[in-house]
Amino acid sequence: MSTHTAPMAVTSRSALPSRTALLPVPVVRLVGVELRKSFDTRSGMWLLASLGLAAVLTTGAIIAWSPAEQLTYSQFTLAIGVPMTIILPIIAVLSVTSEWSQRSGLATFTLVPHRGKVLTAKAVAAVLVTVPATVAAFSVGALGTLAGATLAGIDPVWDQGWADVGYFALGQTLLLLTGFALGALIRNSSGAIVAYMLYGFVAPGLLAFLALNQEWFADARPWVDAKYNQDAILRGALTGDGWSHLAVTSLVWLVVPMVVAVVNVLRSEVK
Amino acid sequence: MITVDAVTKTYGTFTAVDDVTFTALPGRVTGFLGPNGAGKSTTLRVLVGLTPPDRGSAQVLGRRFKDLPNPGREVGVLLDASAQHAGRTGREVLTIAQRTMALPSARVDDVIDTVALTEDEAGRRLRDYSLGMRQRLGLAHALLGDPEVLILDEPANGLDPAGIRWMRDLLRGYADRGATVLLSSHLLHEIEVVADDLVVIGHGRVVAAGTKADLLAGAGTHAATRSPAALSGALTASEVTHQLVETAGTSGVDHPVVLRVDTDPETVGQVAAAAGIALTELRSADGAGLEEMFLALTADTQRDRHPTTEAAAAAETPSLQGAVA
Repeated sequence: MSTHTAPMAVTSRSALPSRTALLPVPVVRLVGVELRKSFDTRSGMWLLASLGLAAVLTTGAIIAWSPAEQLTYSQFTLAIGVPMTIILPIIAVLSVTSEWSQRSGLATFTLVPHRGKVLTAKAVAAVLVTVPATVAAFSVGALGTLAGATLAGIDPVWDQGWADVGYFALGQTLLLLTGFALGALIRNSSGAIVAYMLYGFVAPGLLAFLALNQEWFADARPWVDAKYNQDAILRGALTGDGWSHLAVTSLVWLVVPMVVAVVNVLRSEVK
Repeated sequence: MITVDAVTKTYGTFTAVDDVTFTALPGRVTGFLGPNGAGKSTTLRVLVGLTPPDRGSAQVLGRRFKDLPNPGREVGVLLDASAQHAGRTGREVLTIAQRTMALPSARVDDVIDTVALTEDEAGRRLRDYSLGMRQRLGLAHALLGDPEVLILDEPANGLDPAGIRWMRDLLRGYADRGATVLLSSHLLHEIEVVADDLVVIGHGRVVAAGTKADLLAGAGTHAATRSPAALSGALTASEVTHQLVETAGTSGVDHPVVLRVDTDPETVGQVAAAAGIALTELRSADGAGLEEMFLALTADTQRDRHPTTEAAAAAETPSLQGAVA
């Protein structure tokens, strides 16, 4: 680096907006800042790109290997949704944990000493990412349906409605918020990602195995297994009691951890 | 204006900050001085609301930090220049802060220019920054909102001598414009040159505070002579307290012996002249006085004792390390 001993450039105070009229930093502004922070690093850009990339690769795989009768719109959107249930929560996890793992929280929480405000902005920003993700899933899925039908010489099957778009977005949002809560609870990137993987991919397998072998658990499972219900809503397959199951499991596995995490973040020391 | 009032912070049984009280005034550079682990960083974190204190309170510009509506516009903070996402470019780090504070985007270029980072350096990712570049970026981050209070933790770490000189001029300029500048350091010389006021902390407690001039005046005068016994007698007759710095070979025949005298050099010179004693050296203890004071005040809290300090401490006579043959 060049050594520089020139007299300092005294910047004129008049160049800046008046300090007398300082207003509190609004959450909306912070949402914009947090969205930017999620994607302004190489890893952030790759996570965003991988949403689209995974959608295209999944679509290609379905066209290449699925039998013709399975080339329906829902097959495409649901398959595209699977990698998204990993990538979106990781984006949410990192938006929280990087403040601790990378220690950027020192700057973030001194510029905005209201941690609740920062967390709210992060949560809103993370949820907003489900919008382009949903749009990508349904538009790439539509292209895949058309291409698949053309290649297989059949009529495209449009078995998804607007309600299914909503279910998909809601399911992805719940999983993403689970990742967010784990991030805020653990505040360590690798730890929180591992915890989410256990929640999303290890525990469901074990619980399914238990349900298969223990009849009592097969009945109780919908009241216990959050991921089971979240997968159901992604498929648009929640009916009747299903909504109660979703509400109860979300309260226990999402709302409670989130509250504990937020209280911890508000009280903890940022180092 | 910064006010820290009776702040205490403990971790388990360890008291990191123990009833610390001090004030940093506008228009002045206040040096926050202490050895490693003395509690400087913890105090500064309490000040900006990152660490909740067990007792006491801290105010900036008459308000708790968290009550400042847009703190970056009033208080520039640099706690750890390495505490930024390694994957962001320097410019991006500043842009995020600029957007958070709702400043014009041209301000980012202003501060990059002020801290003398080149266009190329600003575009590099932080993992490729040297410590000196990180410090410059951290300073740019603190200056971004053109604040009237600066809180800087060890800002000179990693800067080359020219960089330290540059930073000193910059902080001086800020204080001269009426800003409150509080900077911590464990490097004595760095703070001695720039600070107007000093707060010395050791073991989590404030061990000395005041203007630099006052604290240095207490350091007295160093006088060397081949007739230490005669000078000592003359000083005692004039009711001037003094101590022999060197403990071995006090006869003064072989080489001059240094006396530390608790008064100004002129008085010592007159006493010596009146008694007809030749001095081989006479100077104010200012030059290395702060270091002596620092070592003396924190002697029991220092991790590593300097051999001469230890010998001197044993003889209960503060020593000017390296000044005696």
